[in-house]
Amino acid sequence: MAKTLYHKHIDSHTIARLDDDGHVLLYIDRQVLNEYTSPQAFSGLRQAGRKVARPQAQLTVVDHVNPTTPNRIALVTDSQAARQISYLAENCRDFGLEHLDILDVHQGIEHVVAPELGFILPGMVVAAGDSHTTTYGALGAFGFGIGTSQIEHLLATQTLVYKQLKTMRVTLSGALGPWVSAKDIIMALVAKIGADGATGYAIEFAGSTVKDISVEGRMTICNMAVEAGARGAFMAPDDKVFAYLKDKPRAPKGELWDQALAQWQQLYSDPGAHFDQEVALDVGALAPMVSWGTSPDQATTIGGAVPNDADAQHRRALDYMALSPAQALSGLAISHAFIGSCTNARIEDLRLAAQVAKGRKVAKGVRALVVPGSSAVRRQAEAEGLAQTLMEAGFEWRQSGCSMCLAMNDDVLGPGDRCASSTNRNFEGRQGAGARTHLMSPAMVAAAAITGALVDVRTLMEESV
Amino acid sequence: MRPFDVETGIAAPYGAANVDTDVIMPKQFLKGIDRSGLDKGVFFDQRFLHDQPNPGFILNQAAWQQAAFLVVGPNFGCGSSREHAVWGLMQLGIRAIIGSSFAGIFFDNCQRNGLLLIELPEPETAALLARVSHPQHNRLTINLGAQRISADGMADIAFEIDGLRKAAILAGQDAIGVTLQRAADIAAFEQRYLGERPWL
Repeated sequence: MAKTLYHKHIDSHTIARLDDDGHVLLYIDRQVLNEYTSPQAFSGLRQAGRKVARPQAQLTVVDHVNPTTPNRIALVTDSQAARQISYLAENCRDFGLEHLDILDVHQGIEHVVAPELGFILPGMVVAAGDSHTTTYGALGAFGFGIGTSQIEHLLATQTLVYKQLKTMRVTLSGALGPWVSAKDIIMALVAKIGADGATGYAIEFAGSTVKDISVEGRMTICNMAVEAGARGAFMAPDDKVFAYLKDKPRAPKGELWDQALAQWQQLYSDPGAHFDQEVALDVGALAPMVSWGTSPDQATTIGGAVPNDADAQHRRALDYMALSPAQALSGLAISHAFIGSCTNARIEDLRLAAQVAKGRKVAKGVRALVVPGSSAVRRQAEAEGLAQTLMEAGFEWRQSGCSMCLAMNDDVLGPGDRCASSTNRNFEGRQGAGARTHLMSPAMVAAAAITGALVDVRTLMEESV
Repeated sequence: MRPFDVETGIAAPYGAANVDTDVIMPKQFLKGIDRSGLDKGVFFDQRFLHDQPNPGFILNQAAWQQAAFLVVGPNFGCGSSREHAVWGLMQLGIRAIIGSSFAGIFFDNCQRNGLLLIELPEPETAALLARVSHPQHNRLTINLGAQRISADGMADIAFEIDGLRKAAILAGQDAIGVTLQRAADIAAFEQRYLGERPWL
């Protein structure tokens, strides 16, 4: 029978079927852990006298609470953050897990670091205590976020009790216009189907456009699928993915690579496979997107306006964001610009931002931060001259981490600050209590930083031709 | 995990859509290494104004401040995976949440802690939300065994729940212990699976 990619993954990882409601005992290939969702899981293991079933299947990273100051040192002044960091190191020592601490040469955001190390491979099922684990779908792995109790379960058993999802295929067609990016595709999809439009589903992105998008862009799309409620998002791995993985430190080598590749090439949805829901999106018609509200689905094109209706949900969002019904988004003044996060802090994102910033200056009164997704991205951006370009334009050049995406470290916005942000969530208080976040692509953030207001990056770049 | 069978208590209405876990448990409460003290953080930015209880917030009002249940809007618990949101709600005394849809990770986190989530069709949720918004009609009885919600002067509401979930919450089960009973199956699977994928 024709199978979807999702079902190929679930079937190959099912140890036992547990009932007729779709629950299975699922084998998990790899887990990525961070400092803030894992402490209670390790404490639970200790209390119950349990061991880690498969230490070599775990990778642990400090990314959420670490400072990103340029002269970062091991000493973290926030005592609670320091305790989480030291407890993770202690747990990794005691249980024998690989650990990337804050001064490690590979330090960075878990969803940036794990792919760049080759820790995530096609065909894997991967779980992590972070909702953006969906990112790994770009590599043909099935990744999904879990809570702390499940982290403990996974550490102890290498399995999870798992209820199978419904499947949704999102077919992307058409060619992206200039300065329209993967971020705009996923923002448009979330706006189209809603913040709960894919709740209960695994999304497979298919269609002619997917092959045109880089592996990094694909990660951006899969990363934000969770903002539509998807518990996982896939793209069938292709030659671009295989080229991306080849020679990564943890990827198989030699004969093992050939064996792996032969299996990975079978990872696609069979022709005629049934999907529970189908959605189509013509990306040729897209314009750069910006969010106006406090949910990622409250977004429209930069040429658009906030809705002009009396919906209570919209009123609350507009009140928080200090916007009026029907207000145009272009021209809205910002106080901050942030390029970072597991959604958009990879090298390609920084290249685009630097291209916009080159020869320009950040507007007076705007504070603009660039926080690379990993130490490797940071080094590469410095080698390519991107860091210099961004700094000359007036951007702050920081160390890697989650930083102002969720503001668990010192990078926090104040009440009323309005931020153009390359991140994934515009929730109330997300970047700081009372802070106002507008989501957009890194190129759009850079353009907003330069002009001091939300602006169509295409206009800015045309003007200078 | 404390078992849940039949419980009677006050239900508080909280009808907004897409309530995310950043709102349920803001970031400043995520920096501990244990589970304690999280009741303070629940809905912090809405529950407190300058560290004083906000009288306008539903759980600060006399009729609902002892709430054991919440009746919520669609897509409750979306966003971050932080289980702290569930621990905080339980420390505040919340035993069950009734809504039309819940985000996936939040759903799993509740299950793991024995916080009962009940999914009802949108019209039934809306009717229940309207009902418990009246201080005189805010008490409900939830009978998990019989899969029913009842209250004085209201026709019983039946709800669906997976057998596996129901059994685990009724028993207050240690999920890891249950899985470890299958250790031999897991080992056999792992040996075959890794044998077919030597690069792992």
